[in-house]
Amino acid sequence: MSKKLRILIAKPGLDGHDRGAKVIARCLRDAGMEVIYTGLRQTPEMIADAALQEDVDAIGLSILSGAHLALVPRILEILQTQGMAQLPVLIGGIIPDDDVPTLKAMGVAAVFGPGANTEAITRAFEEAAASPKAV
Amino acid sequence: MGLAEDVLRGDRLALARWLTWLEEDDPRGDPVLAELFPRTGRAHRLGVTGPPGSGKSTLVNQAAAWCRKQSSERVAVLAVDPSSPFTGGAILGDRIRMRDLAGDKGVFIRSMASRGALGGLSRRTAELVEALDAAGYGRVFIETVGAGQAEVDIARMADTTIVVEAPGMGDDIQALKAGILEIADVLVVNKADLPNAAATERALRASLELAAGRPGSWTPPVVSTVAESGQGIDLLMEAVDRHRDWLRQSGEGEARRRARAASRLDSELQHVLIERFRRGLSDGRYDAALAAVLERRRTPAQAADELIRERG
Repeated sequence: MSKKLRILIAKPGLDGHDRGAKVIARCLRDAGMEVIYTGLRQTPEMIADAALQEDVDAIGLSILSGAHLALVPRILEILQTQGMAQLPVLIGGIIPDDDVPTLKAMGVAAVFGPGANTEAITRAFEEAAASPKAV
Repeated sequence: MGLAEDVLRGDRLALARWLTWLEEDDPRGDPVLAELFPRTGRAHRLGVTGPPGSGKSTLVNQAAAWCRKQSSERVAVLAVDPSSPFTGGAILGDRIRMRDLAGDKGVFIRSMASRGALGGLSRRTAELVEALDAAGYGRVFIETVGAGQAEVDIARMADTTIVVEAPGMGDDIQALKAGILEIADVLVVNKADLPNAAATERALRASLELAAGRPGSWTPPVVSTVAESGQGIDLLMEAVDRHRDWLRQSGEGEARRRARAASRLDSELQHVLIERFRRGLSDGRYDAALAAVLERRRTPAQAADELIRERG
């Protein structure tokens, strides 16, 4: 029996609705994963601490506010200082195409925009969790 | 030996990893538990159960925060949510209500899926509680899945069981039924700012009075709270601590620990014996017995009896 995948779905920053995050949480659940959902308005510190305590296999961040270029590096930095540098991070939300290469260069495993196929998202989580980042 | 020492040093990452091993039945988990088991038995284990939506998570959030204000003792929370019976997946959302505990390094919150267990917990919850105890958490809150009447496993695992009810969840006959109310050491009427709260509290008190206690026995107090605002949390925790003192003085705590140890030993024996028995059957024999039951040619008891006779 293979290990049950545990995924943290988190919403950093100030945007006020989490429909997208809930849709993703639900589709990962239906794929048999255990999804820890932490709710709105999480600070980077809260997200990293939840990932640590829950010992998740990957983190999915939902960001609609446009603040991704500020929030993501901060979260990656905290993960690194807390010994979780290898933990895969995936992003969904409103992310301009131009920013995708920048995020990937920071080490983000995948970026999904509105209308992304949920099967592709599920697969991306499975693949990311199976191959943690080289540190 | 690495991980055990890291856990004792307060390394939370090591603790988190260990909890995963225990939950996954990873062979690396149990040896660490064996090494640290002599250090367990010190934590006060608080079970929190009640129907879905009664406010268990919010209450745990407030109660844990209260504990942290009272003393430097570290606090752990194990929160169990249900797994889907169809896909095995789960959404674990108890942390949403535990925001006030974020950022406090003296608090460790772990979410668990029930993974098919029916008693309101998961098969490995007990091991995770031991691990948190060994790691030095002085209070361990165990929050069950939203539970109705029969999910009473928590009472065998907790020193003090808090049953949380909310107004409007049933008439006074519900309060008389066997099951969840019987396991309460402390009863909470949460959402006490809602209209029917006083009636709910009266019904619960009346049903407790019917079960008039023996002298020296514990009568569960009924505490009203509004977990959202924190109202009544101090009264709840005073009741909890009175119960802890009573457990010590009355000898009931010792009796409960003994019953708990026996039930853990028995369930371990069952688990191992069934595994061993099934391994000893010839290929296909178990499936044949299963088919006989499915096709209604044998009752489950007959089929089991035949398997046992054959193996000798």
